Amino acid sequence: MSFGFTEEQIKRYSRHIILPEVGGVGQQKLLNAKVLVIGAGGLGSPSIYYLAAAGVGTIGIVDFDVVDFSNLQRQILHNTSRVGVPKVESAKMTVEALNPDVKVIAYNEKITKENVMDIVKDFDIVLDGSDNFPTRFLVNDACYMLGKPLVSAAILRFEGQLTVFDYRNKESSPCYRCLIPEPPPPGLVPSCQEAGLLGVVGGIMGTLQANEALKLILGIGEPLIGKLLVFDALKTEFRTVKFRKNPKCELCGENPTIKELIEYDQACEVRF
Amino acid sequence: MQVDRELDLKGEVCPFTFVKSKLIIEQMEKGQILKVILDYKPSVENVPKSMEMEGQEVLAVNQIADNLWEVLVRKVK
Repeated sequence: MSFGFTEEQIKRYSRHIILPEVGGVGQQKLLNAKVLVIGAGGLGSPSIYYLAAAGVGTIGIVDFDVVDFSNLQRQILHNTSRVGVPKVESAKMTVEALNPDVKVIAYNEKITKENVMDIVKDFDIVLDGSDNFPTRFLVNDACYMLGKPLVSAAILRFEGQLTVFDYRNKESSPCYRCLIPEPPPPGLVPSCQEAGLLGVVGGIMGTLQANEALKLILGIGEPLIGKLLVFDALKTEFRTVKFRKNPKCELCGENPTIKELIEYDQACEVRF
Repeated sequence: MQVDRELDLKGEVCPFTFVKSKLIIEQMEKGQILKVILDYKPSVENVPKSMEMEGQEVLAVNQIADNLWEVLVRKVK
């Protein structure tokens, strides 16, 4: 029928199509969209699951880890029978069982300065749900250089953070390095063992990441650009802090010094 | 009245009567007229109501036989 949707697709996406802001045109945009998710963990699980349910046609997933029992308290893409299976494979199985319209491209590898540009370049939007600063800086710098919007989230203990860097408009959008110029020195952040996390915080922040991605694809609403959303699970409070481009930023400032990718040392970072 | 597209939705129920009508009207030109044939009574109220909420113009709702109705909608936006 219309737009080439099958009967099954019309039923599957009917709640989207009914929305005046989406419709058949918007649903087609979602089916044509290519979203890359870094990390199939606490943040990637809900974001990938909702993007797949929404019918985002191509989802790239990067993760080099295997499923562990300690992941299952929050990483809802995986399950007990998948312990020991690569996370990207487990994620692909879950997504394909949910929605056959979605093509999953699995990258069972670590992000490095050698592969990051190649992985990011074919996608429209990138969601960062990684658990370490070296990856975050590599992904950020690659997105900046390639002009890809980056939806960034982080979680720790009972707190979550979310913001959008729209590198399609580098002149107006601040960058990740405007917020965090470089990785904090080891010792300043809690070690892996110290970093507890209420699992549901990943569910909330990852779902909000998916929401920002869908808005960017559909071109609706106001993306969270130049605003940092901070969620406090204990108080059930959201705060929004505005931030600006830093004119002295070494990546996007007036006299940038960072012209190529930097791979920082992988110390024992916070397990986000 | 010139009808540009006709959609036979006999056997379809809410909300798919509206969903399928909307998918067609999205692909029509402004000013064109869509005729929808319905045999599900609740849809005879719901399709025109939803079309109006979307900013389209409902020209007529006519019963054309026992348990059979037509809805005429002009695409405005």
